[in-house]
Amino acid sequence: MRFKDVFSIIGPSMVGPSSSHTAGAVRLGRVARKMFGANLPEQAELILYGSFADTYKGHGTDLALVGGLLDFDTDDPRIRDSLRIAEQAGMSVIFATASQPAGHPNTVTIRLRGGGQPEQSMTGASIGGGNVQISQVNGFDVRFTAMYPTLLVYHRDRKGMVADISRLLSAGNVNIGHMDVDRKSRSGDALTVVETDEAPTPDMLADLERLPDVTRVSFVNLRNG
Amino acid sequence: MRFTTLEQLAQLSETEGLTIGELMLKEQAAESGRPEHEVFRQMADYYGVMKEAVRRGLEEDTRSRSGLTGGDARRVMAHAESSDSNLGYVAERAMAYALAVSEVNASMGRIVATPTAGSCGIIPGVFVSSQERFGWSDETMTYGLFAAGAIGYVIANNSFISGAEGGCQAEVGSAIGMAAGALTELRGGSPWQALHAVGLALKNSLGLICDPVGGLVEIPCIVRNGFGAVTALAAADMALAGVRSVIPSDEVVQVMLEVGSAMPEKHRETAKGGLAQTPTGKRIMQQLYGKGERSAGAVKTVNSEGEAEA
Repeated sequence: MRFKDVFSIIGPSMVGPSSSHTAGAVRLGRVARKMFGANLPEQAELILYGSFADTYKGHGTDLALVGGLLDFDTDDPRIRDSLRIAEQAGMSVIFATASQPAGHPNTVTIRLRGGGQPEQSMTGASIGGGNVQISQVNGFDVRFTAMYPTLLVYHRDRKGMVADISRLLSAGNVNIGHMDVDRKSRSGDALTVVETDEAPTPDMLADLERLPDVTRVSFVNLRNG
Repeated sequence: MRFTTLEQLAQLSETEGLTIGELMLKEQAAESGRPEHEVFRQMADYYGVMKEAVRRGLEEDTRSRSGLTGGDARRVMAHAESSDSNLGYVAERAMAYALAVSEVNASMGRIVATPTAGSCGIIPGVFVSSQERFGWSDETMTYGLFAAGAIGYVIANNSFISGAEGGCQAEVGSAIGMAAGALTELRGGSPWQALHAVGLALKNSLGLICDPVGGLVEIPCIVRNGFGAVTALAAADMALAGVRSVIPSDEVVQVMLEVGSAMPEKHRETAKGGLAQTPTGKRIMQQLYGKGERSAGAVKTVNSEGEAEA
C-alpha cells in the first residue's frame, strides 16, 4: 500500500498551493535536514527533476524545500519567507534543474554540506497528497516514507548485523514495521533503514551506534517537532 | 487496514453494523496504535482548519501571488444571495465555499489537503455548506471526514490522487467521489449507497486532464473545485434516490488508473498541454516567467551542468 492511513488522504494541514509541490517538498526537505543533524547546513544544493523542475517557481516548491531544510512543518506560515530566513541564518541555497528522467515526476536530490558534518545526500519523490518516498541516501538504494520514526544505521556488511539491530530494538520495546538493507559490496559499506512504530530513546540510539561495525546512526522523525 | 477495495469497505461496515466513518476511525486507531479519541481529535482539528479556510476565502483578500486569481468566491456568494440562481442557493453556496478554500490555497494560506491541495476545496465546500443547512454537529462532520478518508484511501492505493500521476480525474475526481460518498452517508444512506455515489461521481470525471496554466494551482484548478462540489451534491442525490453504479465502483477506480496511465505527459500537470498551451495560457506563462528569475538573495538557479541560467 502506497498510502498507509487516513491522514495521508485527509491531511496534512498545510500552507498552499500544492500538496505535491509544497507539503511533500517541505517533508523532503525536513527528512534531509533530520538526516544531516542538529546544526544548520552551510550549503544546500537541490537538483530538481521532472515536474518539480518545470513548475517549482510558480508552486513555491523552492520556498517549501528550503522551509523543510529549516525544519518547518507543512503548515508553518514562515515557509513563504524561507529563502530570506535561510539567507539570514547563514545557509546558502543553490537550485539546479535536470532534464533526465528520475523515476517519479516530482523528484529532488538534496546535498547538504558544512556545519562540521559529513556531506549528506538524499533523493526522494513527492508522490501526492503530501506523501513522500525516499529512494536514495548517500549512494544507497533504500525505500522509506518518513511516515514512521525511521532509523538509518550505517555499518559494515557482516553476518548478524540485522539480528543485532533488531535485538536491541526489541529489548527497548520498539516494534519494527519495515526494514530495508542495501550494501555497496559484500563485507563493504551498508545501510540498514528501519521504520518503527515507537520512537527509540536517545539511549537506544547511542547503544545502536556502539554496536560493532556500526559507523553512524541517524534518526528521522517528522511526527513531533 | 482490513480493506483494500470499496466493496470490502461497504461489506465490513455492514457486517459490523458501523457507518463507514465509524469503521475508519477504529481502523485508524488500530493501525496507528493511538487511542480513538486522539485520532478523532486530529481529524476534528483538520475540520476546524477547513472551516477557517472557508471563512477566510469569503472575507479576506485571496489574490494569488501571481495575481491571476482571487475574489471569485465572493462574487459567487454575492450572486447566490442576491439572485434567483440557476443552481439554487444550496448548490451555489457549496460552490462558493469550494472556491473560497481553493483561493486561500492559491494565495499560500492554510488549508487541509483533501486528498491534495489542488482539490482542497471540494470536501470543505460540500461539508461546511451541508453542516449549515442541516445543523449537523462538528462531531458528525468529523465522522464524515473519516468516511471520505476511507474512500480516498481505497482510490489512492488502487489508482492515484495526484494530477501529476493521473490527471485532474485523479485529483479533483477523487475528491468529488470522496465528498459524494461521505455526504450520502451523512444524509442517512447505507454504506452500499455511499459506494454507488463514489462510482457515479468518478464516472463523471474520467479523462479529465491536468493542465494548469503556468503550472500554477489556479487556472483551471480553482473553478474545477467549484464545479466539483456541485457534482458531489448531484452524485449523492442520485445514490440516495436509488441510482446504482452499474459498473461496480471498484472497476471505475481501475478505469481511472487505466485512463490516467494512458495520458500523455503533457496532460499531467506539466503545463505542456491543454489550457496551459492555449495562446492566452502561453502569454500568461511568458508574463510570469519571461522576465528572468525570482531574485532571492543567496539563491541562484543553475542548470544541471552547474551553469547559471540566462
